[in-house]
Amino acid sequence: MKTNRKAEHFVAPVEETPLLATDAVKTDEAPLSLWADAWRKLRRRPLFIISAVMIALIVIVAVFPGLFTQVEPDNGCVLANSNGAPTEGHPLGFTFQGCDIYSRIIHGTQASLMVGVFSVISVLIIGVTLGALAGFFGGWVDTVIARLGDIFFALPIILGALVITQLPLLRENRGVGTVVLVLVVLGWPQMARITRGAVIEVRNADFVTAARSLGVSRVGSLVSHVLPNALAPIIVLATMELGVFIVAEATLSFLGIGMPGSVMSWGNDISAAQASIRTNPAVLLYPAAALSITVLSFIMLGDALRDALDPKSRQR
Amino acid sequence: MATSDVTIHETGTTADRPLLEIRDLAISFTTGSGEVQAVRNAHLTIMPGETVAIVGESGSGKSTTALAAIGLLPGNGRVAGGQILLDGEDISHASEKRMIELRGNIIGMVPQDPMSNLNPVWKIGDQVKETLKANGRPSGPDDVAKVLAQAGLPDAARRAKQYPHEFSGGMRQRALIAIGLSCQPRLLIADEPTSALDVTVQRQILDHLEKMTSELGTSVLLITHDLGLAAERADKVVVMYRGNVVEAGPSLELLQNPQHPYTQRLVASAPSLASRRIQVAKEHGVASNELLVPGEGVAAKPVMTEDVLQIQNLSKVFKLRAGFGKSTDFTAVDDVSFNVKRGTTTAIVGESGSGKSTVAQMVLNLLEPTSGKIIFDGVDTSALKPKEIFAFRRRVQPIFQDPYGSLDPMYNIYRTIEEPLRVHKIGDKASREKKVRELLDQVSLPQSTMQRYPNELSGGQRQRVAIARALALDPEVIICDEAVSALDVLVQAQVLNLLAELQSRLGLTYLFITHDLAVVRQIADHVCVMEKGKLVETGSTDEVFEAPQKDYTKALLNAIPGARLMLPPEVA
Repeated sequence: MKTNRKAEHFVAPVEETPLLATDAVKTDEAPLSLWADAWRKLRRRPLFIISAVMIALIVIVAVFPGLFTQVEPDNGCVLANSNGAPTEGHPLGFTFQGCDIYSRIIHGTQASLMVGVFSVISVLIIGVTLGALAGFFGGWVDTVIARLGDIFFALPIILGALVITQLPLLRENRGVGTVVLVLVVLGWPQMARITRGAVIEVRNADFVTAARSLGVSRVGSLVSHVLPNALAPIIVLATMELGVFIVAEATLSFLGIGMPGSVMSWGNDISAAQASIRTNPAVLLYPAAALSITVLSFIMLGDALRDALDPKSRQR
Repeated sequence: MATSDVTIHETGTTADRPLLEIRDLAISFTTGSGEVQAVRNAHLTIMPGETVAIVGESGSGKSTTALAAIGLLPGNGRVAGGQILLDGEDISHASEKRMIELRGNIIGMVPQDPMSNLNPVWKIGDQVKETLKANGRPSGPDDVAKVLAQAGLPDAARRAKQYPHEFSGGMRQRALIAIGLSCQPRLLIADEPTSALDVTVQRQILDHLEKMTSELGTSVLLITHDLGLAAERADKVVVMYRGNVVEAGPSLELLQNPQHPYTQRLVASAPSLASRRIQVAKEHGVASNELLVPGEGVAAKPVMTEDVLQIQNLSKVFKLRAGFGKSTDFTAVDDVSFNVKRGTTTAIVGESGSGKSTVAQMVLNLLEPTSGKIIFDGVDTSALKPKEIFAFRRRVQPIFQDPYGSLDPMYNIYRTIEEPLRVHKIGDKASREKKVRELLDQVSLPQSTMQRYPNELSGGQRQRVAIARALALDPEVIICDEAVSALDVLVQAQVLNLLAELQSRLGLTYLFITHDLAVVRQIADHVCVMEKGKLVETGSTDEVFEAPQKDYTKALLNAIPGARLMLPPEVA
């Protein structure tokens, strides 16, 4: 609706809002990749700092147990010390068999961590590969992989582990390898699902089409563009699963279907502590605490990573 | 100005008292990096019954100013200074209770995106009813139907029982307008009400909105990025730039005599105005060449008659799943034929769903045609072997619409532009780096951009990177799929200039897919108009614009905002 009312013509002085060049490039700040950006956010988060320091400590303990204790964890056991209270040089006391609890925890770290690390690496290899193929190609590939994953996903971990470890070949050679195998067989579908979802989200992005029209092959675009952009949720899940697998190892060992008794691990120690829990709860408490702290560290790290890698929190 | 102590409930307001007056308004946002001033010293006056438009690029503070007027600033924003006077009452710090009274009844709002502003699980009628109820108006089914019918929704009583997904974009926007005007507010804030819609629908909606508001005597605060549209629809135009009002005045005067350098820039580059200028100039017998984008037309192009691309009877049929093994055919592209001459720009114009992007995908050999041929440089592209397709990719390159989606966020700019060279194994590391630097120069980006990541660049800069990447292989044909649609007008003009300049320098052929006829006028030599998968008209740009043969083309042309502006030739 046009009116005949006369309105004044206002012009702001140019000095107040000087004209900037249209669309000038910022040159004053350092360039920032996704990872650099995530790192900048992470290093200011207490959650990340605490969990990273703890994990670093756990890794050092696992690799160099000799740095933390000189006491033999199993050979030096003296039955006279059975369920003994802490003494000089044995800060956490003794187990039923008269072994040094502190030393056993330090030396048990390795097995627990190894199970976690190897399981996660294997789950990553299998889960990410299958998930990426399913998500990227879709169609029957997706259907077959998804149904296969569902079958394994439906197996309860304890029941599945019981069945798998009782297979003749595995029953004879129990050790880190068998536990890892059980965890991978039952754990990969979770990783495959997350990867599949992340890949589907990225695969139709314009930059993938752009790469294809540059002459990049389908598989090439999957490897060079789709997967790197789908990595964030995978990393977060992998970090958290590391903790989960360590607990799973302890659970299986506690039930007697994990590590053989000859291998020192937190799960075995917790299992052995059952007998003396009333007389000497320290035997149970300390390995359980070590387990909890380790798992908590990984889950906290996963949480911190999730926040830092969240694309929604990134400025466009 | 009469600023006596009249309460706002008094109905007989004097005609010379403004309905809304914003004085020295300052708005700031609290963000992670401290207080950010979004708007400074904003002022505008809306008289009863008047339409005022705020024009500005994204981030200029135009929407923020409007949101402050209805008291809907986001949680971290606050009015830091100044006054918002609604009929004499300062509402800049009014209580939430008072604002709720005002919203709907006195101030209505039509939001921007019709796709996300209706609740998908509620029937349209219920959403209208909600507004009526909240403002204590009769809300029976008849009232709802009446409100919807007034907004131009046919068969309103039945439509009110439908859900938003059963509505097209234009119908949803009508429903939103119905909601905004349902309580007959005295002021309607329309935030880019039609920017998500096709031009012809946009035109209808705006016409209808204009009719309704003038019948009801509603004042309108129209927010838009399109100066042509603002000038056509509003009595007054307020230009905002970087949070400040830089110029305000009667719309025609502002167009004819822009004073502030920013307004001058805006007037010079708004596509709707530019295409209108060409039109007016032609009517006055001025050679159009001088008005076209530099590089285009001015540089004497070598006359080429060779057809680099021949599209023959191209069709694409998609199978749509219709439950249990059944499928229905959907013909996205129907028997389309046209030729593209080397070194020229051919535009394919159409509204959403016209099949223009499908044509682009087929020309790029990313989608297989159902029937028909695409002959590139004498060779049928559908018969190419994988190796030949690889070679074909070197010669035909795309630029996509969304500058935020077409660059891999994990790759820095150097890797992005270098990728095509690496994939095609061209040169060694040093020569590739040299080439990347040259390409950045060609698209006028500083070489220091190489180390940056896409998220650090603006939309226009990303689009230049996309252009540099497309140019890396020295292609002959570039397919621009809505390549400038997502950009602000000034940036858009800059990118169009760049494209035109590159064309005259490198002899490129463009196939330009767009919905924006105003842009076509500026850049294209030939135009193909598509409607529902069919090619309805082709011809040289001048022919199509001056003597459109088909009704559809005429409708499209009429819908260019600003087309009805009577610009005197001296503005041109």
